[in-house]
Amino acid sequence: MHLDHTHSHDGPPAVSADAHRPDGRRRALRIGLGGPVGSGKTATVAALCRALRDELSLAVVTNDIYTREDAEFLLREAVLPPERITAVETGACPHTAIRDDISANLEAVEDLEDAVGPLDLILVESGGDNLTATFSKGLVDAQIFVIDVAGGDDIPRKGGPGVTTADLLVVNKTDLAPYVGSDLGRMAADAKAQRAELPVVLQSLRAEDGVGEVAAWVRGRFAAWTA
Amino acid sequence: MSRTALLVLADGRFPAGGHAHSGGAEAAVKAGRITGAGSLEEFCRGRLHTAGLVAASLAAAAALGLDPVELDRAADARTPSPALRNASRRLGRQLMRAARAAWPSGELDALAGEFPKGAHQPVVLGLTARAAGLGPEDAAHCCAYESVSGPAGATVRLLSLDPFDATRVLARLAPEADLVVRQAVDAAHRAAEEGIDALPAASAPLLEIDAQAHAAWAVRLFAS
Ligand SMILES: Nc1nc2c(ncn2[C@@H]2O[C@H](COP(=O)(O)OP(=O)(O)OP(=O)(O)O)[C@@H](O)[C@H]2O)c(=O)[nH]1
Ligand SMILES: [Mg+2]
Repeated sequence: MHLDHTHSHDGPPAVSADAHRPDGRRRALRIGLGGPVGSGKTATVAALCRALRDELSLAVVTNDIYTREDAEFLLREAVLPPERITAVETGACPHTAIRDDISANLEAVEDLEDAVGPLDLILVESGGDNLTATFSKGLVDAQIFVIDVAGGDDIPRKGGPGVTTADLLVVNKTDLAPYVGSDLGRMAADAKAQRAELPVVLQSLRAEDGVGEVAAWVRGRFAAWTA
Repeated sequence: MSRTALLVLADGRFPAGGHAHSGGAEAAVKAGRITGAGSLEEFCRGRLHTAGLVAASLAAAAALGLDPVELDRAADARTPSPALRNASRRLGRQLMRAARAAWPSGELDALAGEFPKGAHQPVVLGLTARAAGLGPEDAAHCCAYESVSGPAGATVRLLSLDPFDATRVLARLAPEADLVVRQAVDAAHRAAEEGIDALPAASAPLLEIDAQAHAAWAVRLFAS
């Protein structure tokens, strides 16, 4: 490369990450939720919908691995009208669909905006995957990584891209800690060590307003998005 | 032509949505028609000479500069199963996004405007090849290879088939794929002279029927 060629190659954002739609309107803020199987991603999405649906125009994209269970759960719970929930098929490879080849998910978020927009916020739930699964910046503006106390209290210490780099780390199911012998203090300290200044929330969705802190974080992201 | 551009376009990691599709392999595995490397090879051979040949011809014709809207209609006419038409348009739309990012072109923009929900994938592929400075033969190669590499990759996941066996199947089919490419390019040139009806219309009824059944499954790994 030439020495005088030092200007940034980051250039304009990827087509897919552009903050505006072709018609010039601001598109919805897109927040991804990833994490291991069964950690509470869908439960968190459902709780967020209930907490935010009266103040924001919402939609959800689920990435089930081989069923439509997540989408069907959200439909059954009636957290949003059915036309605001879309399921994407991932060919046995959830992390591919949220990171390496995001085209089907991008199509889903764009179709939702076309069909039920204007939208303020789209939550994209990844299929349950491993600790290295993260969302592409071309797909989401921020990501939440959800782990739970029952998966072992050494997960924050093990780190990995999800735990270390997600914009928000949620340690879910704190109500179960006494039963599975997980040390919440240690999980919080290990998470802090891995993540420096990035925020961590310990929550139990069994508690009254269990999703409150995460909802507040989402509101903060939305305020920054529309600022 | 740039041979490297061809590699970029043909790369399995080119982000155009193909990873979520099995090319009929998921249904064939469930029906017991693909059980290992041998039956995978037979399945792929059948797909190559039917769906593969048709797709490669459409792509070659688009790369040659034939009217993409007419080619899209020809693709519809050659795809009886609504589920497969739908899958092909979805893949076309996804390829369009990646293609416009990689090789911006007025022709791609025009086709995207004409078909906002997606033109048939082989047609988009042919125009993508043009935008990348590639020719009809390159476009046909991509389609012919994709028609077998998709099911092979999916079968590795579906049956936990040894990946070396799956790759050997693809290597063994390569000379046949080259023949299909030659037929496809010849057909595209004929279509340029005689009209689009000169394109082949080979079909594999089981692929079409299985695709309809597969689209109605409640539980599946792949979108098609
Ligand atoms: N005790 C307890 N159970 C919870 C909590 N959050 C979720 N669950 C339960 O954990 C189970 C899995 O929750 P889901 O929300 O489906 O988990 P998920 O991460 O979406 O799972 P996959 O999509 O399959 O990866 C369900 O039975 C939930 O009811 C919690 O805070 N406490
Ligand atoms: Mg879930």
